[in-house]
Amino acid sequence: MVIDCKHVWNFISDYIDGALTEEARMDVQKHLEHCEICSAILDSTRNVIILTADNRVFELPVGFSERLHARIDLELREYRGEGAKQTP
Amino acid sequence: MTEPKTSNRTEAEMIAAILGGETQVFHDLIRPHERSVYLMALSYMKNEADAEDVAQEAFVRTFRNLASFRAESKFSTWLISIALNEARTRLRRKMLVPMDSLDTLPDEVQHVSPALLHDWREIPSEVVERGEIRKLLQGAIALLPDIYRQVFLLRDVEEMNINETAAALNISVPSVKVRLHRARMMLQKQLAPQLKAATQQSRRWWFQWS
Repeated sequence: MVIDCKHVWNFISDYIDGALTEEARMDVQKHLEHCEICSAILDSTRNVIILTADNRVFELPVGFSERLHARIDLELREYRGEGAKQTP
Repeated sequence: MTEPKTSNRTEAEMIAAILGGETQVFHDLIRPHERSVYLMALSYMKNEADAEDVAQEAFVRTFRNLASFRAESKFSTWLISIALNEARTRLRRKMLVPMDSLDTLPDEVQHVSPALLHDWREIPSEVVERGEIRKLLQGAIALLPDIYRQVFLLRDVEEMNINETAAALNISVPSVKVRLHRARMMLQKQLAPQLKAATQQSRRWWFQWS
């Protein structure tokens, strides 16, 4: 089936995830072979996904883990009935 | 910090150990999930301090409710649903945002068209080193509607699969797909031109000095 650009855009996410049926995948691929614009959309979408997945984009606030585990320690002590001893 | 004897245990073994009284193991159990819980909290709370608070509370709740964890679900998805509940409860209490707008945005509406470019030269991951590029990426993700951002963060940032994402957010698999598609298209629309401009600009800038 010959599909137009707008049709292809609807398929881009599933195409990237390999979630299209074989038939739909072939239709999209055929379109991409001769459509420069849709190819650029696909490539840029993929590129954006790779960049946003980079671990450096979202980092935990400085000291997050230390504060979290200190809070957990308090909770664990309370759970074991040692809470009272911890209060200054 | 991590005891060698605990680090090789599976999650199920760690949970059994904690419930059996080795409560210290809880530290190791949650370590791999710190970032995903924080990001989910941040996606609702919108500021770092509140998100950190919600994340801590979610982990504490997780400890208190560990006995009710059902082995047939994944620990990570259970944890995230606890974090999201905690965030929602807090927002409701503060009444910062009307609850309707948080969770309902009909999947049928809003067609997203991508940014049209004639060619795309791949932007290598090295650019993420640059703070201004990280800001662009974070800013574009922050602009997404909440329900799209949550799906995007779990699928494409935390790299959960579709079923896990659906379970964590308590939505259907088709909803995950639709929302992920919209999120990716919105990000492409917003980011592709910005990234292109930012990387070309720096190339020119660099040439002047080389």
